This record gives sequence, structure tokens and C-alpha cells, in this order.
Amino acid sequence: MSNKVIGTSVPRWDAWSKVCGKADYTADIPVKNMLYGKIVRATIAHGRVLSLDTQAALAVPGVLKVLTPADLPRVKHATAGHPYTLDRSGDVYDKNILTEDVRLYGDEIAAVIAETQLAADIAAQKITAVYEEYPIYLTAQEAMTEGAREIHEGTKGNILADTTAKVGNVEEGFALADYVFEDEHRTQVVQHCHMENQTATAFQSADGRWTCISSTQIPHICRRILGEALDMPWSSFRVIKPFIGGGFGNKQDVTIEPLVVAMSIAMGGRPVRLELEREEVLAYTRVRHAIHYRSKVGVSKDGKITAWQVDAVSKTGGYASHGHSVAAKGGGILCTLYEIPHMSFRSRTVLTNTGNAGAMRGYGVPQITFAIEAMTDKICKELQLDPFEFRLANFKKEGAPHPLNGIPMVTNKVADCLTLGRQRFGWDAKMADSGAKGGSVRRGVGVAAFSYATGVYPYSLEIAGCRLTLNQDGTVKMLVGATEIGQGIDTGLAQIAAETLGIPAEMVYAEETTDTDIAPFDTGAYASRQIYVTGVAVAKAAEELKDKICRAAGKFYEIPHSAADVEDAFVINSVTGERVASLGDLALRTYYDKARAQTLTAEVSHNCHDNSYPMGVTFAEVDVDTQTGVVTVRSILNAHDSGVIINPLLAKGQVEGGMGMAISYALGEDLFYDPKTGEPLNNNLLDYKMPTCMDTPELDCMFVEPEDPFGPFGAKGLGEPPICSPAAAIRNAVCHALGFEINALPLTPGKVFAAIQNNRGGGADV
Amino acid sequence: MRKLINIEVNGKAREVAVDVRASLLEVLRGELELTGSKKGCGVGECGACTVLMDGVAVNSCISLAVWADGRKVTTIEGVSPEPGKLSDVQQSFVDSGAVQCGFCTPGLVMAATALLGEQPSPSREEIRRGLSGNLCRCTGYSTIIDAVENVAKTRGQA
Repeated sequence: MSNKVIGTSVPRWDAWSKVCGKADYTADIPVKNMLYGKIVRATIAHGRVLSLDTQAALAVPGVLKVLTPADLPRVKHATAGHPYTLDRSGDVYDKNILTEDVRLYGDEIAAVIAETQLAADIAAQKITAVYEEYPIYLTAQEAMTEGAREIHEGTKGNILADTTAKVGNVEEGFALADYVFEDEHRTQVVQHCHMENQTATAFQSADGRWTCISSTQIPHICRRILGEALDMPWSSFRVIKPFIGGGFGNKQDVTIEPLVVAMSIAMGGRPVRLELEREEVLAYTRVRHAIHYRSKVGVSKDGKITAWQVDAVSKTGGYASHGHSVAAKGGGILCTLYEIPHMSFRSRTVLTNTGNAGAMRGYGVPQITFAIEAMTDKICKELQLDPFEFRLANFKKEGAPHPLNGIPMVTNKVADCLTLGRQRFGWDAKMADSGAKGGSVRRGVGVAAFSYATGVYPYSLEIAGCRLTLNQDGTVKMLVGATEIGQGIDTGLAQIAAETLGIPAEMVYAEETTDTDIAPFDTGAYASRQIYVTGVAVAKAAEELKDKICRAAGKFYEIPHSAADVEDAFVINSVTGERVASLGDLALRTYYDKARAQTLTAEVSHNCHDNSYPMGVTFAEVDVDTQTGVVTVRSILNAHDSGVIINPLLAKGQVEGGMGMAISYALGEDLFYDPKTGEPLNNNLLDYKMPTCMDTPELDCMFVEPEDPFGPFGAKGLGEPPICSPAAAIRNAVCHALGFEINALPLTPGKVFAAIQNNRGGGADV
Repeated sequence: MRKLINIEVNGKAREVAVDVRASLLEVLRGELELTGSKKGCGVGECGACTVLMDGVAVNSCISLAVWADGRKVTTIEGVSPEPGKLSDVQQSFVDSGAVQCGFCTPGLVMAATALLGEQPSPSREEIRRGLSGNLCRCTGYSTIIDAVENVAKTRGQA
């Protein structure tokens, strides 16, 4: 059957409720007898709380309780929303819900519970702490210095992880090189800035267990971490995710849920809401890792890469979170973008007394892509090689195995993205138009490619579930444990169900809430995994339901079940093509036929043992004003191979959103800390330069669509890929305009102007 | 201290006793249970709380509720022409793919409604300026600008 639903821009089912203000997010859900929480945060970046004075806080009218570390379980938990590992080796268990050991400015040292938010806020400000202060380390270099105090006892040199991924023998590779290039690249700390701040409400349910309504990307993982953090059986908790106002990886960490449940427990089960303020979210939830790369690349006379060595130092902040896996991901990216016979990729992840870095859209790949493609640009410039020919000659070939895990990259159309994108962008004309543009403006063009992965197999568990129920009228209710966080996954999954079942997409009802008591098990929204992993679960469940429908048709109608099929919501005879009955007629009989009624459901748990590799390229054209250092993006195109596109309109939305985020990553966003105290300096949306629509240029995107054999209907992941390569392409365009390199992000007017003055790049230590 | 205020909210006269320190957003979301307006920052930076006060777009999070005394307030719940129908701005946001997580959407619909009231056929640049007080992290703004432009075009043809 030809696709009727896949590849069409089915409107997202929840759009109407969102434009009407009907969609309920966590803070919109009314709960009786609610209490309000507020976190008391450390006002130093490194030290120990010797005493807390809570008297004045307790005297504030409406304040009911102040929680301190002594009131909570002393067990440590890992906040990263990774799949669990049976030997608990996957994560670092380093976090107490509240702590006396302060590891970053704003660390959580106490919490107030009050009858009103105002009372809680006022009381929190009245709590004072006496500290023993330790030296603070705001950069990885400082934290790794000989004799530096361990931020977490037992973490030698404050190095959380030190791993090296190898292909071949890098020294042999350099021996084969005719040219060797070396450079350093640095990226900055940025924040997700999802529009909905982290919010959670907890209460004791009628069955005595604990319900937590939360804006989490990972409800099922959140439930497990609640159990670990509170030292209670995992089934004591029920996590419910309603509509979410964005996450981008920040809500893939469990940051507030254990505390809000602890608050409700402390209040005998009364509901408590904890809603972070924007300033808390920016500074005290999670940020993107700043990474410092030292790269060395060997190239032969015929323009082939012979060796590539990277030494990455990643700043992870006060706790492990995802830190140990983010920087290391770069090795797999490097050797799947280019064919590198000899590679060594060392990554050290270092604890510092700064904002806690975790998962953020792209998971270390925007950083490593910046370093890789800046090196590629350097090689092409210095050897006077065509940047397209060099890339095409060195790209990893389609079908080649992933050098680190052996999985074949069956579809890989990065070369098509490069050549077709070049045409669509009008590269050659734009290149001809570059250079001095009169006055102080110089124009340049840049290109950068990236490689990504879909999901976390083979490194971690990949599991997803789906339950489909045939309703009385032939419509289908779909329940998944996957998490809709704004990307539109529910709509895409409904399209997969509809296509498989032979019904229109609007006959599949998705569900805005993911409830761990009800939704099938699925690890949630991260790693661009859901269309690929959950999508297969949905397709399998739909196949099973369709088989049951055909068998029921054999029971109710004059047709052998082997001849029955479903098309356009009718049961048909697939041999004659005749319509036998409407699906609604059949469905009604499955509920109410006195003798033979048996309702139809299908439930599938899918353990995914595949990975497929989304690839792509960004093209950028910029103007640089050499008198002010201001960079203006004139045009930008992302070309993506994410396999078959399930929903073009939603896919375009994902790509443009990622590009918008990436452009300000390239040009403006940067989270600063006071060098003396470690206090965040710009943790608000006025001083932190999240882009407005005046800062974001017109965006263009295109798709090359190979049919991937593993993803449902040929799809690969798309959520994170769009943010991977724009910053590198913009940087290359700026360097082209200026004629010299700048090797640190972001390319703010101040940095670009200084570089023009000095005619060189550089930046501060990360 | 509480004060009794009279507001016309979405065409309906309401008498509310409000804490004089409360923001309009807190009163809309709390006492009036109109939770369509969102709090993204609480200090007038993000625009998710945008409502119309006497037809003018304001950040309700930094407007005191008492300032709305005697005035007309329109929230996202009040822009539909009739129950079950979408306004052309709302419909255009749906059709143009301008909605993702949706948290900024109510504020943007209100800001766009006000903008198109003041400027019936804005250029894309004027749309950018008109919506620059509303932050969105999901879309890169492109489809939002499309949505507003499409309304202007359709109204222009009507």
C-alpha cells in the first residue's frame, strides 16, 4: 500500500488547544489544599554549611516548615536521566536532595514550605547560613591544578572521567601524513531556556503512594530516581507528565522532583508545588558543557585525512549529571563524519564550582562539530583545497561500519546534503559575492557538516512501549511512554499508527499526559530516539491490532480473515478490493456482539538493537562589520539526512528551532560567573541573550530522504541534529569574511572586534 | 491589604478582591482561573503572559492587578469569536506550524492580535519588531512570522 499519512503535514493534534490556552501545563493543574515550596540556595560556590538559622523564616506568617539536609534521607542519587543499568555502573551517584556540602553557587541547602508562594519566598530570604569556605575553581584548568581541593571527595584531580576512544594507531597515522595541522577551540556555557520553568506538584494519592506531576522529559526514569533519592520502593511513586513547555535536555535531569515529594511527605501528604523562577532555571538547573579542544590532524598530499587526535577538556560544574558521557560522545561523531584511519579522542570531564552541566540538545555535538569543522576549514585554507572536494573525499562512506561500535551506517547521505545544499544555497554565487562590501562591511560564506546518532544503542538500553485500543467507533486510542515535549512526537507516532492500520491520522487519539501507572514503559525524550525507537513500537502494535481486526472480520463477516485488510478505515477484501464493512461497524461488534464480543487491544514493548545515523550540513553567509564587530547572518541553510520525513511541517519546525538556537549559540549566548565568588552574573532573560525574533534571520532547510531500513517507514532521528552544525558554519563564514581565524564561541561583537584589533582568535580558559 | 476591583475580562464584568501586591497575571491565573496566560519569567522579559488591556498588549506579570480596575482585559481565552471557533490569528498559528511546545503561544497570539489591530499589513520586518517582546525557544520564529503574515494577507483579500 502506498503511503497516505507518512510524509504529509498532518496538523499537530494539540495545536488548537495550545492556541486557545486550553492546554494544561503542570502549574495550570488545580490541586486542593496546595502548599508552596521554595529552595534556599547557598551564597558561596564552594564550602560547607556549618549552621543554618531558620528562626526568622519560621516566624513568617504562613510558613509551616523548613527542611534541612538532616530531615532527608542521606542516600545519594544520580540526577542524569539515563536508562538504568543493572549493575548501577552507568551513572555517578553524587547528589543529596539537600546538602551541607556546597559545590556551586546556588547549591540547595534548605527548603521552605508555606501556605502561599509569597510567604515561602520571603522566608527563604530570611534563612542565613554560616559557612566554612574553600577555594573556588571556575575553570577546568583551575580545578585540575595540583593540590586543588576535591569538589567531591575521592574524585582525584577533580577529573570525573578520563577516557580515550581509539581507531588504528594515531602515531602511525601522523607518520603517514605530509602535513600536520594543530589548533585549539573553545566553547562557552549556554542554557536551554525552555519557556516553561521546571515545575512539579507532589501529593499522597488515595492508595497511600506518592504522585508527582512534573514537567519532566523522562517520567519513567524520574519514577526510578525518586525511589533512589528517597530510598523508597520505586513503585511508591507515580509520575505524571502533562503538557510541557519545552525541555531541550534540561528536563532530562531530575532536579526538583525528589525535593517536592520530600516536602509533601514532610507535610503528611498535603500537596506541595515547587515552581522554579527563571533565574533559578538559568543558573541552578543544567547548562551546556563548555569544552576546550586541542586538535591535531594529519593530511596526505592527495588530500586524505591520515590521523586525527583530539584532547578535550570539558567543564561539568558541581555535580556529575550527564558530564561523563557528553564530551566522550565527540569521538564517535568525529570518526563517523570522516573516514579517519587513525584516531585518538581523549576527553576529560572536570568538576568545577560552576553551574551544573548536563544534557542539552545535541549532547556535546555542537561543541565537537565546531572543533572538527574549524579544523577542516583550516586544512582547506592552508592547503588551498576546495572545501567541498576535501569533504567529499573524506566523508565516511555510506554502508561503512561505525568504527567504534561496528554498526553499519546503512544510510548516510551527507554527501548529497553537501552537493544539493550547495545548489539550493547558491553557494557559488554567494562565494563570488563575498569580500569587501563597502564601508566597513566584509562578507563571507562558510560550510560545516555533522554526524549524529539515533538513540543510545549499543551503549545503553533502548526500549519503548505502545498500547493501542480500538474504540467503539473504529477510532484508536494510542498510549505511549514516549514524551511529547513540544517537538510533535505524538503527532508523528499517530501518523505511524494510522499508516500501519490503514486509517486517517485523525482517527488516532494521542494522549498529552504520560502517566507511569498507565503508559507503557519507555525511557522518554532524549537522544532524538522517539520516532525511531517508539515509532517501531507503535508500528508493531499497529500491525498486531490490524491482525486482530482482520481476524475479527473473519468472525463477523463473510470473509476469510486471511483476505481481510483495512483501507481508508474500511475493512476490505484484499483479493477483490471490495469494501466489506466500515471499521466502525466492526469495532462496535467487538464491544457489543452478545455472543462473540471481545475488545481489541495491542500492546508492544520493543527492545531496539539498531542505530541509524542522521547526517547534515549547514551553509551560512554573513556580514561582519569590522568597525563594530557585529556579525549578521544574511542567509543560512540546513540540509538534513534524517531518513524519510514523517511530517514535513513538524520536521521543518524542528530544524528551524534548532537553527535559531544554534545561531545565538554562535553569536551571543554566554552564561557568566563572577570570577571572585562564582555567583552567576546574567541569569535572567534580559542579560542572558536568548534571541528575539529580531535577532533571528530567515531560515531555510531541506531534506534528503533515504529510506532507512531500521527506522519506522525509513525515519531516523531529527530533534537534535539541526543544532549541531550552524555554529561551525557561521564561524567559518566569519573567518572567511575576515581572512583570519577566531577559535572561540560565541562570536560576540566584543570578541570579533578584539580579534580584528589583534588579528587573532583565542578566549578564556574553560 | 486587599482591594475590590472591577474588570471586564473577556467581555464579562468581574468584581474581584485582590491583594494590592498581586500582579494581573496572578489574579488572572489564580482568582479567575484563566490559566491560558503563562508565567515564563515573572519580570516582563519573555512575554508569555501577554494580555490586552483596553486593546493594548501588556505583560500581565508586571502589571499590578489594581491597575486593571475599570478596564477591559482580553486574555487568550477571550480571543475566539465564539465558543468552539478559532480567531483567524489562532487558526493561522495552527496552519502555519507556529505551535510547538505551546508555552509562548498564548502570549504570541495576543501580541499578534494587537499588532494586526495597529498595523493591518505589516512587512516581515515590522512583524519581527512587533513580536520582539515575546520569546520562543522552539521555532526559530520563522513559522510565527509566517502565521502573522498569512493573517494579514488573508484579511487584505477579504
